[in-house]
Amino acid sequence: MGLPIAVECEGVIKEFGSGSTKQRVLHGIDWQVPLGATTFLVGPSGCGKTTLISIISGLLSATAGRVWVLGKETTKMRKGALVRFRADHLGFIFQQFNLLPSLTAVENAAVPLVVQGSTLASAKRQASGLLDRLGLEKNKWKYPNQLSGGQQQRVAIARALVHNPRIVISDEPTASLDAETGHEAMQLMREVASGPDRAVIVVTHDTRIFEFADYLATMFDGRIESFRQNTPSESSH
Amino acid sequence: MFSIALKMLFHDRAKYLGLILGVAFSTLLINQQLGIFIGLITRAGAVIVDVPEADIWVMDPGVKNLDTIFPLRDTEIGRVRGVPGVAWAVPLYKSNVTIRTGNGELEASLLIGVDDSTLIGLPPEVVMGNIDDLRRPDAVAVSADGFRKVWRNQPFSLGNIAELNDRRAVVVAILKDSPKFTSSITFFTRYSQALQYTNNGRNQMSFIIGRSAPELSPEDVARRIVERTGLQAMSSRDFRWKAIMYVVQNTGIPISIGTVVALGILVGIAVVGLMFNLFVLENLKQFAVLKAIGTSNIQLLGMVFLQACVVGFVGFSLGLFGATMFFETAGKSPTFQGFFLPWYVAVGSGAVAACIIVLAALFAMRRVLFADPAIVFRG
Repeated sequence: MGLPIAVECEGVIKEFGSGSTKQRVLHGIDWQVPLGATTFLVGPSGCGKTTLISIISGLLSATAGRVWVLGKETTKMRKGALVRFRADHLGFIFQQFNLLPSLTAVENAAVPLVVQGSTLASAKRQASGLLDRLGLEKNKWKYPNQLSGGQQQRVAIARALVHNPRIVISDEPTASLDAETGHEAMQLMREVASGPDRAVIVVTHDTRIFEFADYLATMFDGRIESFRQNTPSESSH
Repeated sequence: MFSIALKMLFHDRAKYLGLILGVAFSTLLINQQLGIFIGLITRAGAVIVDVPEADIWVMDPGVKNLDTIFPLRDTEIGRVRGVPGVAWAVPLYKSNVTIRTGNGELEASLLIGVDDSTLIGLPPEVVMGNIDDLRRPDAVAVSADGFRKVWRNQPFSLGNIAELNDRRAVVVAILKDSPKFTSSITFFTRYSQALQYTNNGRNQMSFIIGRSAPELSPEDVARRIVERTGLQAMSSRDFRWKAIMYVVQNTGIPISIGTVVALGILVGIAVVGLMFNLFVLENLKQFAVLKAIGTSNIQLLGMVFLQACVVGFVGFSLGLFGATMFFETAGKSPTFQGFFLPWYVAVGSGAVAACIIVLAALFAMRRVLFADPAIVFRG
């Protein structure tokens, strides 16, 4: 691969339940996600994609194995340090956008900066510029229920990027969008999120957006079956 | 994060309104009922409060309150005056009489007979007239609320004639007295005049009231009176408490008001607890999103606590305002005269509201603390 590593998983196992109901969802994942690239994690429903990115993000703990993010072993971090690490270095885009309905678009986009300790007023100033860049200058004072799906997704992208994280994790970013809007969203994400010292991890089923992937990891039944560089010809299928 | 917490709270207006109304209702009920309770029981000692000059009260050993009186012999006053440490002692007469009102109706009223020469035993505040005029024949003073009740819709005036037990009484003064437990009409007259109105002969002295010498405590002097006369004597403070405790122990008032107060607290806990819990539950995904983004548990708990505090403060302020308005408005009516909201009840209800809020917040915090941030990745 030759690129520096953003995320490294070594023998990651995840089990849910206990005793006779115990179920192993991840079977010793070994995986390296490169920096400076957009990596897609694909596979059928229930194969463990969401569980894996939850562990990478530190939202879920692994039953066994080790995870390094930006060179730090997150599986050994204390809870408080992990929360702080997440606030500083990770940005999230969720399938359902998960915007806070009580906040306007600009306030939603400003949340990560507020979490980091900025005042809401200064965070809003910063977020406002990013929303302008994402084409939401006329809608930034609206509440999420006053925005279309595509606009909500742009706000979610702004929220994921406003604090300049080095890793953006996106779960089914186009699942709630039509083809055209989904394409636009991915285009935007590529423009604003990618960079030589950044990594974007996208979990998706949506083959229409495969063209945006630099690398494709395919999961099946709790294992990474393949991980390879994406070629335009593959994306068009 | 606190501004985000407040925006979350105010966004769901219906729930926010429900929460503050729950606290407000609970606060109002507690303050209103306890205010009434304290107003009622303090009426039991109103006659004592109205004679601030006297710090010792002497009575028959069997007397338990101000309404069940066994008369003392007239000679007892000399014995009390002879006890060392008694600065002075005068007789006080108290009885119930029937009064015919201006429109011919009969009303029960209280008659207080005070010492002929000193007039000690009258409430200190004169609304109209001159208390020295009580020395004239058939002269009486009437309580301000009593005047309003006997001579309805008439402005305060002197010279009005009343019938006390079918005897003529001329109003020469109007006094402001403390509201009584049994009647709002009180007439004051000289001791000798009072005996004529009640048509009784000798040995009708209800109480002997006196003052302890400056260097002695009224409790010590009262003890001496008991030892030397065999009568019951106590400081005005102790007697007032005895009268109040008699009402507390022998009427259903504490139980009925206590039940309403308890219901207020329970309703507060139930409504506020459930609604706040529901509020947090409905916003759990938002808390999980914040958690995923990197908000620490301490920050999240601070947000929930702030939301609870705002609900508690606004609700408590509204409830307290409602209770204050109730006593301000109702206090103007003669029936409710003397009812008030004591500061310690307001402080106590504030403590109860704080407990309700803390309980509600603790339950809600538990949910937030254990909210799984990984749910943000589930559709």
